[in-house]
Amino acid sequence: MRSHAPAGRPSQLFRNLNSKIALIPMILIALVVFLGGTVWTVVYSFTNSKLLPRLKFVGLEQYERLWDAPRWIISIQNLAIYGILSLIFSLVIGFVLAALMDQKIRFENTFRTIFLYPFALSFIVTGLVWQWILNPEYGIQSIVRSLGFPGFTFDPLYNSDIVIYGILIAGLWQGTGLVMCLMLAGLRGIDEDIWKAARVDGIPMWRTYIFIIIPMMRPVFITTLVLIASGIVKVYDLVVAQTSGGPGIASEVPAKYVYDYMFQAQNLGQGFAASTMMLITVAIIIVPWAYLEFGGKKRG
Amino acid sequence: MRALKAILVASVLMPAAHAGAADLEVTHWWTSGGEAAAVKELAKAFDATGNKWVDGAIAGSGGTARPIMISRITGGDPMGATQFNHGRQAEELVQSGLMRDLTAVAEKEKWKEIIKPASLLDSCTIDGKIYCAPVNIHSWQWLWLSNAAFKTAGVPVPKNWNEFVAAAPALEKAGIVPLAVGGQPWQTSGAFNVLMVAIAGKDVFQKVFGEKDEDVAAGPEIGKVFKAADDARRMSKGSNVQDWNQATNMVITAKAGGQIMGDWAQGEFALAGQKAGTDYTCLPGLGVNEVISTDGDAFYFPVLKDAEKSKAQEVLASTIVSPKVQVAFNLKKGSLPIRGDIDLSAANDCMKKGLDILAKGNVVRSVNQLLSADSAKQLEDLFSEFFANPSMTPDAAQKRFADIIASAD
Amino acid sequence: MANVSSLNTAAAGFDAVSAEVAGPRGRKPRKILSRRNIILYGLLGLAALYYLLPLYVMVVTSMKGMPEIRLGNIFSPPVEITFEPWVKAWATACTGLNCDGLSRGFWNSVRILLPSVVVSIAVASVSGYALANWRFKGADLFFSILIVGAFIPYQVMIYPIVILLRELGVYGTLTGLVIVHTIFGMPILTLLFRNYFTSLPEELFKAARIDGAGFWQIYFRIMLPMALPIFVVAMILQVTGIWNDFLFGVVFTRPDSYPMTVQLNNIVNSVQGVKEYNVNMAATLLTGAVPLIVYFISGRLFVRGIAAGAVKG
Repeated sequence: MRSHAPAGRPSQLFRNLNSKIALIPMILIALVVFLGGTVWTVVYSFTNSKLLPRLKFVGLEQYERLWDAPRWIISIQNLAIYGILSLIFSLVIGFVLAALMDQKIRFENTFRTIFLYPFALSFIVTGLVWQWILNPEYGIQSIVRSLGFPGFTFDPLYNSDIVIYGILIAGLWQGTGLVMCLMLAGLRGIDEDIWKAARVDGIPMWRTYIFIIIPMMRPVFITTLVLIASGIVKVYDLVVAQTSGGPGIASEVPAKYVYDYMFQAQNLGQGFAASTMMLITVAIIIVPWAYLEFGGKKRG
Repeated sequence: MRALKAILVASVLMPAAHAGAADLEVTHWWTSGGEAAAVKELAKAFDATGNKWVDGAIAGSGGTARPIMISRITGGDPMGATQFNHGRQAEELVQSGLMRDLTAVAEKEKWKEIIKPASLLDSCTIDGKIYCAPVNIHSWQWLWLSNAAFKTAGVPVPKNWNEFVAAAPALEKAGIVPLAVGGQPWQTSGAFNVLMVAIAGKDVFQKVFGEKDEDVAAGPEIGKVFKAADDARRMSKGSNVQDWNQATNMVITAKAGGQIMGDWAQGEFALAGQKAGTDYTCLPGLGVNEVISTDGDAFYFPVLKDAEKSKAQEVLASTIVSPKVQVAFNLKKGSLPIRGDIDLSAANDCMKKGLDILAKGNVVRSVNQLLSADSAKQLEDLFSEFFANPSMTPDAAQKRFADIIASAD
Repeated sequence: MANVSSLNTAAAGFDAVSAEVAGPRGRKPRKILSRRNIILYGLLGLAALYYLLPLYVMVVTSMKGMPEIRLGNIFSPPVEITFEPWVKAWATACTGLNCDGLSRGFWNSVRILLPSVVVSIAVASVSGYALANWRFKGADLFFSILIVGAFIPYQVMIYPIVILLRELGVYGTLTGLVIVHTIFGMPILTLLFRNYFTSLPEELFKAARIDGAGFWQIYFRIMLPMALPIFVVAMILQVTGIWNDFLFGVVFTRPDSYPMTVQLNNIVNSVQGVKEYNVNMAATLLTGAVPLIVYFISGRLFVRGIAAGAVKG
């Protein structure tokens, strides 16, 4: 390795140059696609574009209409409930499973594949299967009733008040396996010596996890958090497949509002306004945090 | 292994087939059994002209297929022809000059004289030029009743909506859901529009959706319709299904008394081996007011640079409208033909009823043709909420209805 | 939990599942009595049950005939096992005029998958490595923008991307599609790699630099071998995402190179006509087979991750 050092000792400039060249694709994608696309979307959200984007400005009209729409309000509420619960449960279940898997168990491969396989399946049918399992006429409710509990009621997909929890059950089923994998990858990156030292010191396992391991896995947790959160914000297919937003509009979500208004209603302006609202919310939360998190001096 | 070989062969042959100048890629969302059979008739007739139909089927209308079609057309890589519900959906593509003007073909083949009702061609016409070829007529205004369900409940099969409402308690007592309504939003707003034509009549329908008359929308006539929708809402309680054909299946298996659904529901009854009159009853216009709408499909043709393909587009357009294709296609599809001068003696009873009404001219234009997709979507949102939420009063719903009509375009 | 266990007794078909769960306990006779193991495998087993329940429903449904499905009990095992739905889903189900099932799009999907996965992971891992170890001023700003990009619904980006690809002259080509997959994989993947490389012991990197190793040398000789588990995660993410992608595959290509998911959608989502649940389930399982195989194979790399961890000290 030493003999291959290019042109004697690599200068500071040369090393930085390499890293900058390596980052060109990322910078282009960030600037042109994401920033450019976002600006484009925001601009067109002030127009009355219908099927095709057109620059006929109508001021805040699209936003006024958006916030007057009962469906949008319900979508936001649903996203809040679904998002918070999904975040908590995904992290907890994912970490616990990963910790269990990291006990040098037998059949690790089998278990990991079992937890992960739902992630491989298309949402279209995931929704369909859970729709069946949660259907009161031939799913869990009917089975429990036939076991001698005729009063048992479990119909989350057909009850407006709890339908979002029915979707959560399927969402967790689909997504926690990946969280587990990420956590497991993080745990595998932890030095064996840490564990040895903790054992020598007689620290109980659960304390080692909470006070030593989890803080060390902070970067992995952040990745997971962003992954889950971005998935939550974009949740669409699952709802379409399970309830198509029903009963009524009880399980609508913002991404579905955006999509439906862009392509079914052919009102791009309205769809862009809704997605701008989503993005603003995300940006308000993420940008300051991201800057603190990634801009801080941790290395180099 | 054979499948593998087939793919390999196909992928080798594909480019060769593409070299032929008159291949036309046609996108559409007809993917179920009956629909695919109908498309096959179209493709067969088109292939017989020496051209080649390259099939681009994508299931799931509206949301799924439309972004694909629009992106392809605006991205500068258009298909040869594409299905759209005729109506106002393609307006802007036409205005941007991306769609092909078919006026020459239409004049040569005298579409103005043969296509009936004339409103079909009107929907294809923008600024005096014709941009699409209508292929069929579907109507919404049908009530499908299960004869077996009424037998179980011990009441005669109703002859109209009011009798049906009166029979609902008996059905419920027998453990039968009176009215099956699927959970997808378009089904509830469709059912409401059907109720409107049946109860408030053709003129009110035209005033509300055609002229966007806010006062009529807030008035007593529509009030009655909301009253009926309230009945429908009560009667539909307990139909825990999503898809329209699952709801139809409830009628077929006598788990539900009836369903308000378009004439495409016939296909389901036919597949289940049921016969009109003996196993099920169809009431056009809910048996109250025999008027049907002229929904349907049409083909649009993007502007292409290739001269030979453009030529093939013209051939396809005239193939679609030709009498032979109209008969073959519509019998398979279960829809009505777009021209009055052809013989459909093979049609079943319900289809014949529809043809009669069509011949009498008792038609309304489809909501797709009258309202923009945007307004239609807002109405869908309103009615899916109304049907699922018993605490929403008919009055409150009517108020929102009138608001949407007031701002409709 | 009570629900789950009563379900287990109700459905005879669960025998196979319970046997698998009991497996590890049964085969480790000496340790079976240890409380730790009972809790450990008990918890894993219960979780496995929740994850396997829908798979069980899918598999039994895919092996039933339609009349049996109409009877309604989704948990009962098939009375008469049939593989017809599988054959149909693979080889004869119609999508429009083409009646050759999922087989039609399989190789197209493979052709899309391989370059997209390789390119997107390569670009993202290098970016993540550069961000973690070779930071320079301003890079964080771009990175923050990228992260916000992860939250944009794909559908909103269709129009800008159509314009972009049109201007680059790659609309409708495989190259265009690979670019699209790389773009939308970037935010999460870069974050994934950046954070993983950050969490690796810093001394490794410093030692290499003292040895005079350059940017690419450190990447290929030190970081890459250390990062196997995270490469596995990235691969899982991308293989699944790209293989199951429907929207981009269909918007940015032509019918002769449509991926398999187009057929899956057409089989499952037929708007009109009878829903063939058994064929739907078989089609899903078939479509899911490729990611599943990748998951299985990638297991080894995870285990090697342990070794990497052990060597570090």
